[in-house]
Amino acid sequence: MNDVCVPAAVRVAADYKSGYKPIWCPGCGDFTVLGAITKALATLQLPPHEVAVVSGIGCSSRIPAYTTCFGFHGVHGRALAAGTGLKVARPDLTVLVTGGDGDGYSIGGNHFMHACRRNVDLTYIVMDNHVYGMTKGQASPTTEPDWDNKLAPGGTGIRSFHPLVIALAAGASFVARAFSGDPNGTSEIIAKAIRHPGFAFVEILSPCVTFRPEQRDWRNHVHPAAVDTTDDPARAARRIMTDDGFNIGVLYAGQRKLYELRSGHANTTVDELAAEFAL
Amino acid sequence: MSAVVRTLHDFMAQAWAMERAAAERYTEFADAMEVHNNREVAALFRTMAGYEAKHAAEIMAQMGWTDATVPAIAAPAWPGFEAPETVALEDVHYLMQPLHALQLALAAEQRAEAFFGQLAQAATDESLRRAALELQQEEREHVELVRAWIRKVPEPDRNWSDDPDPPRYTD
Repeated sequence: MNDVCVPAAVRVAADYKSGYKPIWCPGCGDFTVLGAITKALATLQLPPHEVAVVSGIGCSSRIPAYTTCFGFHGVHGRALAAGTGLKVARPDLTVLVTGGDGDGYSIGGNHFMHACRRNVDLTYIVMDNHVYGMTKGQASPTTEPDWDNKLAPGGTGIRSFHPLVIALAAGASFVARAFSGDPNGTSEIIAKAIRHPGFAFVEILSPCVTFRPEQRDWRNHVHPAAVDTTDDPARAARRIMTDDGFNIGVLYAGQRKLYELRSGHANTTVDELAAEFAL
Repeated sequence: MSAVVRTLHDFMAQAWAMERAAAERYTEFADAMEVHNNREVAALFRTMAGYEAKHAAEIMAQMGWTDATVPAIAAPAWPGFEAPETVALEDVHYLMQPLHALQLALAAEQRAEAFFGQLAQAATDESLRRAALELQQEEREHVELVRAWIRKVPEPDRNWSDDPDPPRYTD
């Protein structure tokens, strides 16, 4: 073995994309979210083998297969549980948890709140299209109550879930909203979220052109947040509660103590690990 | 807020970024259409991606840049989220016909032409103004090429988006 020092090649976004072509519908916002994630990883120059992408079930949850990072395509709604376990067991990895609004806010709703609470150092990226796309168009937690369709004539009449406010109230230390039609802005927000120490939540408005074709119009409504990021949760809550739902940017970035195992990792038994998670 | 372009170097970096973004988006569309077995439109998008990539390569050659030295732009010179020559992601449909794809390409080329025209008007440096006018002329030629292409493709059927096995089972 010689000792010639070879400089590491600069990684570009394409280095983080696997050879698999996404099977999403043409026009789906998730294409640019995938591009934004890979671009953010290239910006941070993270080696793919030091990144794990964990997902649940749904159209957007296919993302792990489309990257060259480690991936785990798990069961419905449990992506945050798997991602949390992975990060605690392997704190050296950068863990990205990805999914959609149904997976994250309904089936996995309880995991969402408690992941915010625990503040494990991972990034949660939700592609929100206000519909269950994979199962052909049912109303999801973020669907507007008056969305009229054949499966819910006249709409569900149920108030929409407000994920950013829930995240903030539950203790997420980084809360952002992005738009898939803004690939560069989304990439910058994801990079900031990965850099942020603690649980970073990025909600991405990602149109479903098949079941919610009217979401093509989101492009005309989305606008950058008019005010800078705040580290005051009360101020952030007021802004998020009163905004129009199309305000994009990092809306809150605070500092909270990270969740850490109190014992060393190397010899931790399963029982000891479970005890650490006792609520 | 779009950035002000002050030097020829910055201007060409902006032009390169615009062409590159257009090529990447067309490639994305081509891949998606292949997956959905819309081969004719996939081939068309693949061709468009090739043209845009060629333009980007020409800019690199003209400036003496390589993949390693092509400058990143600090801020784009265009308003909005994406470069003017990039077709919006959500503007495609899995059953779209070649005419639809060409109409999107035409609109993109027209936006690019207008963009370079505005940069030429705003330029205070003569070399920058000449470069902007040159690229505007190129885009104008592309507009005409796409128009000629459009005249050769058939009008889609009135029911082009009908799918006997639709994704919406409630239809």
